Amino acid sequence: MNEITGHINNQYNGITYYFQLKSTNDSLVKANAELYNKLKTDFELPDTTNKIVINTIKVDSLILGRKYLYKEAKVVANSVSSQTNYLVLGRGSDQQLVKDIGVVDPNNDVIGIVTDVSSNFAVVMSLLHKDSRISAKLKKGGDAGMVTWDGQDPTQLTLSEIRKSAKVAKGDTVVTSGFTTTFPYGLNIGTIQEIIPEKSTSHYIIKLKTCANFYNLQYAYAIDNLQKDEINRLLEKAKKESQ
Amino acid sequence: MSTLVKNILRFVLLILAQVFVLDKIHVNYLVTPYIYFLFILWMPFQFSKPVQMILAFFLGFTLDSFGHNPGFHAAACVLIAYVRPYLINLLIPQESGDINYNEPSIKSMGGFIPYTLYAGILTFLHNGWLFLLEAWQFGNVWYFVAKTMLSTIITLVLILITELLFNRKQQFRTNTM
Repeated sequence: MNEITGHINNQYNGITYYFQLKSTNDSLVKANAELYNKLKTDFELPDTTNKIVINTIKVDSLILGRKYLYKEAKVVANSVSSQTNYLVLGRGSDQQLVKDIGVVDPNNDVIGIVTDVSSNFAVVMSLLHKDSRISAKLKKGGDAGMVTWDGQDPTQLTLSEIRKSAKVAKGDTVVTSGFTTTFPYGLNIGTIQEIIPEKSTSHYIIKLKTCANFYNLQYAYAIDNLQKDEINRLLEKAKKESQ
Repeated sequence: MSTLVKNILRFVLLILAQVFVLDKIHVNYLVTPYIYFLFILWMPFQFSKPVQMILAFFLGFTLDSFGHNPGFHAAACVLIAYVRPYLINLLIPQESGDINYNEPSIKSMGGFIPYTLYAGILTFLHNGWLFLLEAWQFGNVWYFVAKTMLSTIITLVLILITELLFNRKQQFRTNTM
C-alpha cells in the first residue's frame, strides 16, 4: 500500500515541485552558505598553533570515526492539515534508509522521525503529529525537556518539562538534546515564543515557533546514527540484567 | 456511461480531489473539509447492503493509506454505508423515487430539503464518528464537539456546491422494471 500511494504522490509532487522551486532553491543556497563558512580556508590560524599528530593507525579515519551519516531524500508527500501528519520520502530500504532515524530539512531544522520504510519509500512521522515526542534542550543553559505538538497551529510546538528555575527568555533557540539515538545534539527545533508557568507544577509550558517551514518542504536529510545498534544492544542488555 | 464505469471514475476522482486538493487546504485546526464520501452518498439504490458496505470500506481504506492512518476513514465510511439504506427509506417520497431513479439526488429524493437532510445526517455521522475516534486519543470533548459541528457545516456547503456544479442527469426509469 505504501508503495502504491508513494508512486501516486510522486507523480503529484512532480507537478507541485515546480511551484516551489524558488523557495527550495533559496533554502539550499542558505544551507550551502553555512557549509562554505565552515571551510578550513575561511579561518587563518596564527603560526604559533601546534599541529596535532595522532599516533594511531587508522586506515580511513573518515569512516571509522563517523557517527552520523546524512542521507538525502526527496519529500514526495507532506501534510500539515490533519492531527496526524506524515511525510513520505522518495527513498526506502533499497536505498539504505532504515527505521527510527531522524529527518531534518536542508537547514538542519528538525522535521520528524522515520517510522516505516518500504523498498522505495519511507514514511516520516512529522513533528506535527500529536504522538510525536522529541527530546530537546535549551541552547542557552542546557535544560532538557520534551517537544510535542498540540494539534492546532502548524507553526507552533510545545516544550514541556522545563523547570521554573531554568533561565528562559523569548527568542531563545531550542535544539535537539542528543540523548536519544535518533538525532545528534544541536539541530534546531524552534525558537521560544511564549513562556507560560504551569500553576500546579514546578514546570514551564513553553510555546515554540518551528524553525522548519512545513508548508514547502521539498528536500530532507535522514540522519542515520551508525552507532545506534550498538547503543541499543547495550541498553537492552542492561535492561535484561536488571530484571 | 454504465453504472460500473461511472462509479469507478467517481471513486478515483473523489479520492484524488480529497487527497490532493482538500487535504492540502489548512483553514483552521477545527475545520477539515471532506468530500470523498460523496461516492457513498451517490451510490445507486440497487446495490445491496453488503456490497455498499464493502465498497465503502475500500473507499475509506484507500484514503487511509494516503494518510498512513489505518482504520479511521474506513470505520466512518462503513458506518454511513450501513445507515444509508434506512435513511433513504425514511426520506424518500411515497411515489418511491428509488424505483424510478438510479441514485439519490435532489430530483430523485423529491426536493432540495430531503436531499440536504440526507446529506447532512450522513455528513454529521461520518464526521462525528471520525473525530470521535480521533478525540478518543486526545481526550478533549469540546475539541470534538466544535470540530464535528464546524466540519459538518463546511462539508455540507461543499457537497451542495458540488451538487450544483456537476448536474447529474437522472433519467426516469420505467416502473415496469
